[in-house]
Formats: sequence, C-alpha cells, structure tokens
Amino acid sequence: MKLLHVTLRSMNVTDSAATANGFAIRAERVSRSYKMGETLIRAVNEISLDVGTGEFLALLGASGSGKSTLLNLIAGLDRPSSGSILALGRDLAAMSSQELASHRNRTIGIVFQSFQLLPRMTLEENVELPLRLAEVPRGERPARVQEALERVGLAARTRHRPTELSGGEQQRGAIARALVNQPMILLADEPTGNLDSKTGEEIMSLIAGIHRPASGPGRTIVMVTHERALAERYADRIVTLSDGSISREERLR
Amino acid sequence: MKLGDLTELAARNLREAVLRNSLTTLGISVGVASLVALLSLGVGLQQLVDRSVARAGLFDTVSVRSRQSAPFGQPGGGRRNPRDAAELAPPRPLDDAARKEIAALPNVLEVNPEVRFTAEARREPISQLVMVSGMATSSQSSGTLDGLSGHFFSSPDAEETIVQGDLAKRLVDDGQAPNSLLGQQITLRFAQRQALPPPSQQATSEAPNQAVGPDEEAMGFSIVPSEKKFLVVGVTPTSDSGGGPVGFNNSGMYLPLAVAEKLQVVQQGDLRDVSRPTPSQGMRYAALNIRASSPTAVAAIEASVTHMGFAAFSLIDVTRNLRTFFAIFDMFLGIFGSLALAVASLGIINTLVMAILERRREIGVLKALGAADRDVRRLFFAEAGVMGLVGGVFGVLLGWVIGRAIQLATMIYLKRQGVNPPNIWSVPWWLVLGAIVFAVVVSLVSGIYPASRAAQLDPVEALRYE
Repeated sequence: MKLLHVTLRSMNVTDSAATANGFAIRAERVSRSYKMGETLIRAVNEISLDVGTGEFLALLGASGSGKSTLLNLIAGLDRPSSGSILALGRDLAAMSSQELASHRNRTIGIVFQSFQLLPRMTLEENVELPLRLAEVPRGERPARVQEALERVGLAARTRHRPTELSGGEQQRGAIARALVNQPMILLADEPTGNLDSKTGEEIMSLIAGIHRPASGPGRTIVMVTHERALAERYADRIVTLSDGSISREERLR
Repeated sequence: MKLGDLTELAARNLREAVLRNSLTTLGISVGVASLVALLSLGVGLQQLVDRSVARAGLFDTVSVRSRQSAPFGQPGGGRRNPRDAAELAPPRPLDDAARKEIAALPNVLEVNPEVRFTAEARREPISQLVMVSGMATSSQSSGTLDGLSGHFFSSPDAEETIVQGDLAKRLVDDGQAPNSLLGQQITLRFAQRQALPPPSQQATSEAPNQAVGPDEEAMGFSIVPSEKKFLVVGVTPTSDSGGGPVGFNNSGMYLPLAVAEKLQVVQQGDLRDVSRPTPSQGMRYAALNIRASSPTAVAAIEASVTHMGFAAFSLIDVTRNLRTFFAIFDMFLGIFGSLALAVASLGIINTLVMAILERRREIGVLKALGAADRDVRRLFFAEAGVMGLVGGVFGVLLGWVIGRAIQLATMIYLKRQGVNPPNIWSVPWWLVLGAIVFAVVVSLVSGIYPASRAAQLDPVEALRYE
C-alpha cells in the first residue's frame, strides 16, 4: 500500500485537531469489502487519504478500481468495513444513520454521472428537495432555489421537467441541487461521463467556478473521473486507484 | 422532513401513478362502504327496536303485583332467584298503604294503579275486541304517544279516548284514514262489578245492585255487562311493525286513568281475592305501575319492591339482553364489512411494494440528498394514510348511497307486501368518523411493511438500480 501525501496517525485524534490541521476529509486505513457467494471482494483496501480544505482532488482509475466506492464512503452513503473517515472533523463511523443523513444533507453536495434528477418533478422542485429535507422554512426556499439555478445558468428553465432538458442542462440542474444547501464539500462521481466533450468542458468550468469562485468562499471538491485530461486541467491533485488501493498521487498545483 | 412537505410529496407521488392508486383507493372505498352500509343497517335496526321499546314505556316502568295472588305451582313473577325467598318479607296485599310506601322509595316519580281490561269497541256497524288501559296524565310526556294525531285528554275526568292507529284502521270505513276517527264516538262494552247486598237484604230488597270497589268484596259482587260512550280525541301512529300494539302496557285504546278506575271493570285477580280474602287498608289494587326517574333506577326500585313482599317486574333485563344482542350483531356486521377492507389493505401493500420497485432510484436519490430512513418511512406512511383518508371519505359516501338504496328497496318491497315500512337505516356521526379513522388506521398498518422496506433500502444499491 502506498501512502502518498498521507501520514498514519493514532486513532484518537480529536475532531477539532483534524479541522485545525486544514483537512476537510481524512480517511484512515479505510476498507470496504463485499461478500459475493464465498468470495470476499475488497473494493477499497486500507486506503488512507487526506483532502485539504478548499482542495480539488481528482480520483482517477479504471472501472472497478474502487474510486466510486471510496466516494460513497466519504459521502456517508456507505459505511466502511474497517477504518475511519472524518469529514470536517467528525467521524462518520460514530454517526447514527440519522446523523449521517443530516451530514449528507448539510455538509456534502453530490453530483452523479447520470444526473439523478427526479423525472416527476420540475427543475425547481428538484432543487428544492434538499431544502425540504433540511426543513428550511417555505418562505426562504424560492429565493435560494432561484439563486442556485442562476448560478448554473438555468434561471429560465425552472418549470421544466428533466426530460425537457438537455444532458448538460440536467447536470447543471443537479449541480444547483447539490449546492442549494451551501455544503462545504462537493462530491462528483463522473460528472461528465454521460456528456459530450464540449458539454463536459462546460460542466467542468462550472465545477471549477464553484471550487474557486470569483467572489466568496470556495469549496472542497472530490471528483471521480476516468478522463485524465480533465483531471489534469482542473484538479489540484490527482490520486489514482487500482484494485482498491492508491497506486499513484500527483500534486499539480 | 416537516409534515406539510411529507403530505405534499405523498400526494404528488399518488398523483403520478393515478390509475393504480385510484384503483387501490377505490378498493378501500368499497371496503369502507360495505362496513358503513352493513353497520348503518345494524344501527338502524337497533334504533327501530329502541324506539319501539321506548314507546312502550319499557325503560322506566316497574310493574308491581301482590305476591300472594300467585297461586302455588305458578312462578312467583319478579322473584328472580328462589334462594332469595328466605330474605323476602312475607306476601302483603297491594293496598293504599303499600302504594304510599312504594311512592316514598327513592327515584320513584309516581305510582299509578294499573287498569287494564278487555272490552268490545263498537262503532256501528264495526266492532272489535280491544285491550283498554287507563293512562295517567304523566304518560303524555312519555314515548307512548309519540306522533299522536289530535290531542291528549282534555281533563283527567273527561270521557275521552285515544285510539291506537292499527285499531283505528279497523274501526273506520274501508278506504278512510285512521285519523278520520277523530271526533267520533266509540261505544265500549265491558264486564262491570256490581256489589251484592248483604245476605239479609238479598231476600227482601228489590234494590238494584251497586257498583263496588275492590275493598267491598267481602260481601261479594256480581258481574254485569255495561256500556259507555267515549269521544275519540287522539289517534297514535300505526306501529312500525304493522302488527298492532307491541310491548308491555301497550293497548288498543287508552282512557284517562281516573275514568277507567270509575268504570269498576272486573280485574284479573278479583276472583282470587274473593275466594281468599285478606285484611287490607283502603283500596286494593290488582297491579301498580311505578314510573322511575330514569331507566338506571329501575333495577334498584325493582329490588326494593321485591324485598317489601311484592312481585316486581320490569323489562330492563330484556332490554339489556337486547342491547347485548345488538352489540354482538353489529360486531358481526362490522367483521363482515371489514373483510372487504382487509382485502383492500392487501391492495395497499401491493401498490406500495410496487411503488418501492418503481421508485427505487428515487428513494436512493432522496437518501443521497439527506433523507433519513425515518423520512422515507414517513413518506410511504403518508402515502398509505392519504389513500386511507381519501378511500375512507369516498367509502362513507358510497356506503351512505348503498345503505339508502337498501332502505328504499326494503320500503318498496314492504309496501307491496302491505306492511308499513319502518326506518331500518341510520348513519350516525360516530359511524362516519369511525369508518374514516378505521380506513386510515388500516391503511397505515398496511403501510408498515412497505414503509420499512423502503426505509431499509441501501442508497448505493438503489442509485445503481436501472
């Protein structure tokens, strides 16, 4: 196992210490294995990784290398078989399922390859969903939805259903939904995977703008991709996974 | 997620699969409708019986007879358990002293002698044997005269009569309404007691016999036919059952109690009193009717009177059994009605399980965006609850229509059979509310399994689902 830009630490590091050190995400010897019949598959195998606050990290790797599994673990959608993950200083393993849900709602924004907008809702209703889940008062919601949609350039398409939007528009809508609760961390799982190269570029520009906006605070971004060129152009650091372990790390900026 | 958002999302989800959810909701409606229709008929029947019982004055009346008048070999009427006999006072004559003692009992409103006899009512050329009762002025407010046409007796001594509707039908000419009897005279022919003069005078005196009261029987009496005319001032409605007067104290004709007493009609028990005279104070009565202040006081009064040495009888036990019967009857109707709802609940489970399969990805997305297991569970519960509520409301309306249709069909059928149709259908507010609440509860219970299953979905798996 290679430890790149990573140091092993004792397990009793306090939460405040983690954030004070400037890490948005800290994974320590994280493993995730599945049982398929008699075979034990280690999708993620003892990975330790720090992601600095405000950093743009690209997770690169072939299909089945474990990059999406690692992203799901960071998102709190899945729990590791062993090891621990700290997000903004809080240990996800120690959280109840209710707390994990709240973590996904308020701390993390997720963008998927296949957009995952709910087809039965209009664009603004899709974007409003995280606000409903966060129990944001009804009166505040329209302005926040509008602001998020303006940021991705879809303010004029609020009443459209996802099927009435192009792939690029759907992904921009998904980004607006991920940002509407103003999370500190944005996780993107192959955000350009279902788009043509030109639209993919547009989406990456948008994500880069979120990472380092012209004004206001930036965000920590972890993006899973298999497109090295995109990763090299936008990410601060590339971590390459293979067979569930980190095989290479490159700091670009 | 807040309740308002949950309900909104649930309603939206239900609207999306509108046909399937409508059919499921219709299933609930049919279940609730069958429940409401059956129970409304059960409640209607119970109310019909309650009305008849109340009209007959069964709930608040205790009838008292002298225990000594029951001959050996005949059940002791009112004595419920022979083992209690030892605790009872010895038999006493039912005289004025006893009447005063009974009237002093707690919760006794009034004590009236029972005057009840068989007579022939004649309105030329029609005549009819009829049971005649003396009616106390206080009975005016009891249920016996509900729906009376005409008016009550103008005075306690008026020679007037109130005729039961079914008897009135028989006494009027063919094709005339029972109420046409109002203002007409009816002649009553009855058996009157007339005192016999002392034996010493019987041989010498040619004087006619005098009518006597029951305290003069020591000298004996003769029974002679007598006639008197009465003006019909009131006609009661025909009975619901169409079969004439039912229940205790119901009669074909009512006379003012004082007038009926003065007629000196031979009463049941007169012959026994002559054959076995007992010392008594003042007037002797064949029976007394006690009116209690409320039906709940009847049992205590009955017990007190029995301990005083009289035979007491009320129909409170009969009515209690009747209520038990209807409670069980309604329960069975409810169970049969609920069967359809039970089938509908399977429909809800099926619909929601289908919804989980269809909305697997959506559940995954919701969880990825921050929905807790509890939110997903509550969302499916809300969907089940909304289906239950809508199904319950429509079901009550449908049940109302079905019950009404059954009532109309019954009325038409009974009218063709020549029977006055009773109202056998009632939808009380508690049935409406209860049916809706029951539908919601059944739906929520049906939602437990699908909701738990949806809540337990692994978001990673759900997001991968195509």
